[in-house]
Amino acid sequence: MRVRFLPSADSAIAVEFSDRIDRAVSEQVLALAARVDRAQLAGVVETVPTFRSLMIHYDPLRIAASELVAAVETLLAGAAERAPSRRLWHVPVCYEGELAPDLAEVAARTGLAPDEVIRLHAGRRYHVYMIGFLPGYPYMGDLPEALVLPRRVDPRLRVPPGSVAIATSMTAIYPHESPGGWHLIGATPIRLFDDAWPQPALLAPGDAVQFEPIDRAAFAELAAAVTRGDYEVPHERLAA
Amino acid sequence: MRRALKVVAPGLHTTVQDLGRYGYQAAGVPVSGALDAECFRLANRLVGNPDNTAALEILYQGPTLEVAADRVLVGLAGGDAEIERLGDRRRVLGGWRSVELRRGDRFRIGRLGTAACCYLAVAGGIAVEPCLGSASTFVRGGFGGFAGRALREGDLLPLAEDAEAMAELRLKSPPDPGLDRIIRIVLGPQQDHFTEGAIETLLGAEFAVSKSADRMGLRLDGPRLQHRDGYNIVSDGIATGAIQVPGSGQPILLLADHQTTGGYPKIATVVSADLPVVGRRRPGDRIRFRAVEVAEAEQLRRDSEAALAALTAAMSAAAAAEEIDHDLLHQLNLISGVVAGDE
Repeated sequence: MRVRFLPSADSAIAVEFSDRIDRAVSEQVLALAARVDRAQLAGVVETVPTFRSLMIHYDPLRIAASELVAAVETLLAGAAERAPSRRLWHVPVCYEGELAPDLAEVAARTGLAPDEVIRLHAGRRYHVYMIGFLPGYPYMGDLPEALVLPRRVDPRLRVPPGSVAIATSMTAIYPHESPGGWHLIGATPIRLFDDAWPQPALLAPGDAVQFEPIDRAAFAELAAAVTRGDYEVPHERLAA
Repeated sequence: MRRALKVVAPGLHTTVQDLGRYGYQAAGVPVSGALDAECFRLANRLVGNPDNTAALEILYQGPTLEVAADRVLVGLAGGDAEIERLGDRRRVLGGWRSVELRRGDRFRIGRLGTAACCYLAVAGGIAVEPCLGSASTFVRGGFGGFAGRALREGDLLPLAEDAEAMAELRLKSPPDPGLDRIIRIVLGPQQDHFTEGAIETLLGAEFAVSKSADRMGLRLDGPRLQHRDGYNIVSDGIATGAIQVPGSGQPILLLADHQTTGGYPKIATVVSADLPVVGRRRPGDRIRFRAVEVAEAEQLRRDSEAALAALTAAMSAAAAAEEIDHDLLHQLNLISGVVAGDE
């Protein structure tokens, strides 16, 4: 598919690589984001990577759409640059009891034992495609085929913060209490967003996440440590 | 004690805003900022502030405030809102102007009239700590502005120290509120997800702002807009002014606090020059749309900046306005008794 430039009036352009969710497409989006950010084009306000396109917000008084498109075309044609450093996060998740209100239903609907759902969910490394919907809300994928379910028919009005959820081919963590229509299969005690952090979202597009099952005692212990402010989510740099 | 404004009555939804929080949309943080950036900037200019100085956004119904500083210069811009000084020195001082007030003065912002919002700026600015580089309040996220929320009775809004003494100013003529303006849009980014009939309807029909109207967006009543096949897209970025259409076919015009990404197709986007005009629309207001190309949108924006500069250049000393106070006095009886419960 050819790259398409889709204007949102005179203040944003989406550079669209595809109409599908796809790891290779995500890499193209993230590579362009890195180039546009590094180019520091006058008038570009910020970039927002999403599944299959890069949203470029700009100031129409400083750069015209035609100039921005030309500059992005040059960047697209240029040599690949090193992607910004990425991290692998080890996120502790408790898949038990009231922390996993939809686990039994997910097991029933997928025809798997609850332990098998957990084993599958925690059994692979996920790619952070994008942050959106809520501050710090990560869309991560792809789920094993066996766990793919549509969203709930009746969205919950209140999903507790820290809920680990699945829907379609994605998994996510709710950073805040909010309405939500995904299936809640566990909970993490870590914080994903803090407006006092210089980078307020813990995870960034391009990062990788591995869920580490913990029991209720460990959950309580970590939750207390998080509240005290002396817990750092284990993570390591990934080679480019 | 530091200079402050004390909140005697908060109004319906009064928040600290600036021109927005940029640089964190990739972390899912909405831009927020003034719904009507034009009036926001005029309010700041009336008190000699840079455009992006923290000021109060007042929605639908104004607050009553008390001056806890020797002197403050406040400026009001938007709708038909007026500053009314209460107490012994009671007087309706009007809108689209700045006014110097003294310690202990209580004043209120009366009914907003034709606009959903107006702005009260203070010389030197409201001294809230910036959060992620901005003073804007994002109430749903609970951060920014004053304690991350709308003002409440008893709040003490800190003011900048040592604001420079400045003359009272007024606008010769307020800007056109644009209530009858046909809102200019650029079709897309997902117009190809809609039927030809839906595009014709969007450009030909009249819509009305529904009761579901807040800082996130305006849900529009009117004919339904039909999708071509399905109403889900793979989530992508959202610009302020985007008109997204969920499965119901009822369009939602997204404003300052909108989500950074979303999975509904966006049939069109309001041009930046018209964002202040849609930002001040109220439930019940009619809206019509007209399509323009991006290059025309860019020209419209330059024109609106020039118009704002001309309005600013024509600001004059407010003393002349004091002389017509006799006219205002007879209005006092009419105005002071009105309860501003318009929502």
